[in-house]
Amino acid sequence: MSNPVIKGTHLCKNYGSVQAVRDVSFNVNEGEIFGFIGPDGAGKTSLFRMAATLLLPDSGNLEVCGLNVENDYKKIRRLLGYMPGKFSLYQDLTVEENLRFFASVFRTTVSQNYNLIRDIYEHIEPFKNRRAGKLSGGMKQKLALSCALIHRPRLLLLDEPTTGIDAVSRKEFWSLLRRLRDEGITVLVSTPYMDEASLCDRIALIQNGQILSTDTPDVVASAFEHQLFAVKARDMYLLINILETCPFVRSAFIFGQEVHVTINDYRNADEDKLVNYLSDKLADVVVYQTKPNIEDCFMELMSNKTKKG
Amino acid sequence: MRTIYFILRKEFTQLKRNRTMLPIIFIVPLVQLLVLVNAATLELKNISLTVCDYDLSPASRRLTSVFDASPFFNVHKYSFSTDEAISHIENSSSDMVLVIPRGFETKMVRENKAEVQMLFNAINGTVAGIGNAYANQIFIQTSKAYFMEFAGLTSGQLNTLNINAIPAFWYNPDMNYKVFMVPAILVILVTIIGMMLAAMNIVREKEMGTIEQINVTPIKKIHFIIGKLLPFWIVALVMLAFGLFVGKIVFDIPLQGSLVLLFANAAVYLLVMQGFGLLLSDTADTQQQAMFIAFFFLIIFILMGGIFTPIESMPLWAQWLNKLNPIAYFMKIIRMILLKGSTFTDIRTLFLSLSAYAAIVLTIAITKYRKVN
Repeated sequence: MSNPVIKGTHLCKNYGSVQAVRDVSFNVNEGEIFGFIGPDGAGKTSLFRMAATLLLPDSGNLEVCGLNVENDYKKIRRLLGYMPGKFSLYQDLTVEENLRFFASVFRTTVSQNYNLIRDIYEHIEPFKNRRAGKLSGGMKQKLALSCALIHRPRLLLLDEPTTGIDAVSRKEFWSLLRRLRDEGITVLVSTPYMDEASLCDRIALIQNGQILSTDTPDVVASAFEHQLFAVKARDMYLLINILETCPFVRSAFIFGQEVHVTINDYRNADEDKLVNYLSDKLADVVVYQTKPNIEDCFMELMSNKTKKG
Repeated sequence: MRTIYFILRKEFTQLKRNRTMLPIIFIVPLVQLLVLVNAATLELKNISLTVCDYDLSPASRRLTSVFDASPFFNVHKYSFSTDEAISHIENSSSDMVLVIPRGFETKMVRENKAEVQMLFNAINGTVAGIGNAYANQIFIQTSKAYFMEFAGLTSGQLNTLNINAIPAFWYNPDMNYKVFMVPAILVILVTIIGMMLAAMNIVREKEMGTIEQINVTPIKKIHFIIGKLLPFWIVALVMLAFGLFVGKIVFDIPLQGSLVLLFANAAVYLLVMQGFGLLLSDTADTQQQAMFIAFFFLIIFILMGGIFTPIESMPLWAQWLNKLNPIAYFMKIIRMILLKGSTFTDIRTLFLSLSAYAAIVLTIAITKYRKVN
């Protein structure tokens, strides 16, 4: 297998007394969509800024495209496209001017790499004479992606690209990412949305500056070793109160319209036990077994962490 | 080189788009020149005077009427009590009290000399100082005229009696303070554009987050800095030309020396200020911080730089401090070139000091500036 595009070993970064990144090691392989999944403040952005050569790690080693971020940052910058979490193009320049400016500073032209960005740029081309600051959130995102891609980077770094974007635009955005991957561009993306995790090829769950788990979304999800039940009742508030005080319930998290529940003795996990217990206290209780997803895993890993710590 | 061109093109497009800043860049010099030069006058007119005439003689009345006729004084009240007159100073309705004692005329005639008393409100030092000088002029002239009329002396005889100094004001023969002020206002103008606008422009990129996007491009640090500073360097020099043009048309300021020499000096001076601006933008994270720090330094630099008060009459420590004040150098240079017609030989030391200053400040600022943190 070829060398990883990003290879981080034992990375640490502190801001004063705050440990933003604690001994993180990870690899991103050529041609995959790699996702950092974690809540706000988990250290995702710090890792991104390190990979983008904007932030030096306090300790540890980080190589991007086989080059060291500390010594060869100039070469790395030609190879990567970076889209920060905050929209950071020139709001007072038009769509076309922004794109042309970023093309020119990379010593290329818009027409040279137009076929790479065509799918994205087509959506905003009708507004090419509009100031970037006057675009809608989804269009801004597409423009930023176009600008990050205009020099055909080997690696694309997208820090929370879908935060604050409507559901339709998010879906569209992810299908664009998959098309870019098929073009041979490695994508490192971060998101606080668990549902987007399953769209990545591999994910790393991050919490408090540490990676909890790294693998494909399916493997991460299958590592969930408890039998998971989905529970519904007419009075959801009462239901969650009862579940939290129930002696044999291990965990209970609200998950959309239902509550996901695990039971202490999971080897003998028995749906009837739960149904009996709840039916005494509530009306219209529905319990069924369900498949764990990334969010369940994440909640599980997080609660393990807090118990240990 | 191409990269610098691309950055410059972007900067000028943004400047052109900036609907608040663009008009102000052109209106500010006009307003500053027209309003400040006319308003910030060092000439005193209408000093309010209270007269205590205890003599009530033709001679005392004559003296009073000369004061009243002078454009510099305005007799505000007549009083027969010194205490009451002083109360006018205390409640600020008068700037000055003139006390003419009893027997003033008699003494003039008998002894050829007489005394009057002047009391000033020195809360405003300029009024007291300049008022005193004007009043003395009036005493000399009035007494001369008096002796010529009453003692029958000719002006020739008088001149042999008194030492008569006739002042000549070199480089500004009419003592027209506007000639003195216009160059000073121009210095302030190019300073603000060169330093503050450049610094705020860089900090704006930080504030908007666009600097992140720029930092991951292969743009070299030096290209970025040149691309950021050069536009305001050009704008400041254009403003200087515009300001000189307005100064010439409206105030007819003299342009004695070489304009090429003046612009060469301005160019170097701007490099010093832009170096400071760059240092400032490295420290500040928001435009608000940049603005505040810039104001702090500019006010000290400007007021210490000899805009109103000559540096030579400052205390020694202040004069030494001014060796570090770039505005003081340029203020001196621009006045020397415009009013005195100084050539390069005359200002060589100043020019070389400014050049060395520019080299040092820019080197520090560029070394300190970091794309990575």
